[in-house]
Amino acid sequence: MKQPQTPLTVELARPAETNQPPEQRTGFLRRLIQGFTLPLLSVFTAVIIGSIFILLAGYDPFRAFSGLLQGAFGTDGAITRTLIKMTPLILSGLAVALAFKGGLFNIGAQGQLVVGSLCSAVAGYALIGLPPLLHVIICLLAGIIGGGLWAFVPGLLKARTGAHEVISTIMLNYIAALLLEWAVAPGRTDAPPGPFAFCRLPGQCASNPNVTPPILESAYLPAIYTPGGNAPDYLHFGVIIALVVAILIWILLFKTTFGFELRMVGLNPSAARYSGIKVARMTILTMVISGALAGLAGAIQVQGVVHQFQTNQNLTLGFDSIAVALLAGSNPIGIIPSAFLFGAMDAGTTLMQATSRVPGELIQVMQALILMFVAADQIIRGMYRIKASGSGDKIRLSSTWGQR
Amino acid sequence: MDVILAVINAAIRFTVPITLGAMSGIVSERSGIVNIAIEGMILAGAFTSFITNILLSTPGVPEFLQLQPIRLGVAILAGAAVGAGLALLHALLSIRFKVDQIISGTVINILSAGVTGYLYIGNQNSLGTLPAVVNNPFTTDQGLLYYLGAVIFDKGLLTYLTFFLVPFLGFCLFRTTWGLRTRSVGENPRAADTLGVNVYRLQYTNLALSGILAGLAGAVLVLEGVSFERGMSAGRGFIALAVMIFGMWRPSRAFLGALLFGFASAMQNQLQFFNVQIPHQFIAMLPYILTLVVLAGFMGRARPPAHVGSAYEVE
Repeated sequence: MKQPQTPLTVELARPAETNQPPEQRTGFLRRLIQGFTLPLLSVFTAVIIGSIFILLAGYDPFRAFSGLLQGAFGTDGAITRTLIKMTPLILSGLAVALAFKGGLFNIGAQGQLVVGSLCSAVAGYALIGLPPLLHVIICLLAGIIGGGLWAFVPGLLKARTGAHEVISTIMLNYIAALLLEWAVAPGRTDAPPGPFAFCRLPGQCASNPNVTPPILESAYLPAIYTPGGNAPDYLHFGVIIALVVAILIWILLFKTTFGFELRMVGLNPSAARYSGIKVARMTILTMVISGALAGLAGAIQVQGVVHQFQTNQNLTLGFDSIAVALLAGSNPIGIIPSAFLFGAMDAGTTLMQATSRVPGELIQVMQALILMFVAADQIIRGMYRIKASGSGDKIRLSSTWGQR
Repeated sequence: MDVILAVINAAIRFTVPITLGAMSGIVSERSGIVNIAIEGMILAGAFTSFITNILLSTPGVPEFLQLQPIRLGVAILAGAAVGAGLALLHALLSIRFKVDQIISGTVINILSAGVTGYLYIGNQNSLGTLPAVVNNPFTTDQGLLYYLGAVIFDKGLLTYLTFFLVPFLGFCLFRTTWGLRTRSVGENPRAADTLGVNVYRLQYTNLALSGILAGLAGAVLVLEGVSFERGMSAGRGFIALAVMIFGMWRPSRAFLGALLFGFASAMQNQLQFFNVQIPHQFIAMLPYILTLVVLAGFMGRARPPAHVGSAYEVE
């Protein structure tokens, strides 16, 4: 294979840069700075373009972004909210990142997450009389198993028939949403309630009827910090779980044989196959672990924040996690700052909407822009005259269209 | 009889956008570019057509633009143009910047959902949809003729255009120079390049065409259907891709697949009226489950264009 042609913009940028010998002294700090430069510049550029968007729609960008910052970091309560929003994003971001490393694009984190949260909620209200610690763990496990099983389907389809996981997981997202809507559908005069519905009689619930019963307090994740004032949210133990899991996944990927095999399948399935790795089995396992992580994110949302399953909760978490994973370059530790950023954007949206009247979808536009700049890093490199670093591991997702 | 008529007409209504989406996929993938951004292009096309239709009928717009045929015509063109614009962005990202084509497509899908949601204005009523090109000349008294007429006539322009497009695209793909070049680039760009085909230009052109088709699919949704809603494409772009695979990247076979989906979706609507004792959510799942089955059943057997999905480097 020939080396990719360097585009014109980067060629122009070269002479201005120092002509150091490339990539010899990669100290930890240096790598850290290199790792952060592109994502930060991508975010910065997205903010600029986002501001133009706000101006075009006739709003005030300064007011919008100061509202966003205020809502994300302005008070104790705001920071708490940011951390609460960050927690599920770390886990579902890890789900997408792990799949990426294995050469799979899991767009189905959304479906796995909601299935996981239903499983956790059902275990949370139906198992009566368990001691708190045990109940918490069982509910988390229920979420993990639910998400894992939901991801097993596309994994199996990919491994056995070659059905591309992008389409199959998206279809399973729609199927999950409909299945869960049925499972908690309120009773109506012409239809019986779903098996896990809270509102069993017609007209029992005035608003938001698509819910399970609230989970028992023994299944609640304990609070680790309660902000002062009258902020309703408290920081739950889930944030610790998410941080620990991020480190565990890093160890799994980079310090174990399993992780090595997983990454090898992602980089070069044929080479992996010839070196004796069972690629089909690896594909299924990668998908199941990925789904389990998404399911855990769903369980933590139920047990730490919502305390029941609601069909209108967490509707975009799974999709945000794709952006989180890409921004982090699929590095499990990088997921943490990446999820923090997205959590902050999420937490600040409400105040931004209130103070500047900018529609909340702006955040989605910004996320897409960030994603685009991170994916097409040559754009950012060209804009800010950054030298291309040594080519890292490149995973091609679209190469496996229809292959087994 | 009326029920059958309703099912057939509903099936046609569902089939048309999926067919257009599948054609969009074929044009792009035959030239070697995976296009999972069809979903986003349909959504953006639908939004643009819808909003153009509304904007052109606000006071202050010149008289002649407000005339229905011109207004709707401009709305269709606007939808197609936005589809083409997004497709060219996909081309730029994946050909020029060598972004993984699946990721580039996902970026466009998210971008399109975000921008349409951002610009969305609620409670706008659609201002007239595409009228029937020819009305059914038969009356209820004439029995079978009436029912046949009700299937064949009473359709909007884009529906007929779609049915014409399927054989036309098949002809172009397998009987013209453009088709030969497209297929050779999809199979072996190096060889095509050696023989003097400008690979990049062909891919850009085909993606623009692909975007136009996807944009039209969006226009159909709002101009021969209902008002714009957030996320109204509801997976049609992905279903279209499944249909394309089912059709083994051939327009005529893909059309058959689209018909299958059309009927599955139409049954879903009709079953709800029949008061069948299946929860409506399960019936609504039908097209999605069918997509999974089709993918699992045909992906292994169907052979995609050999070079689809990987960026081509000119020597």
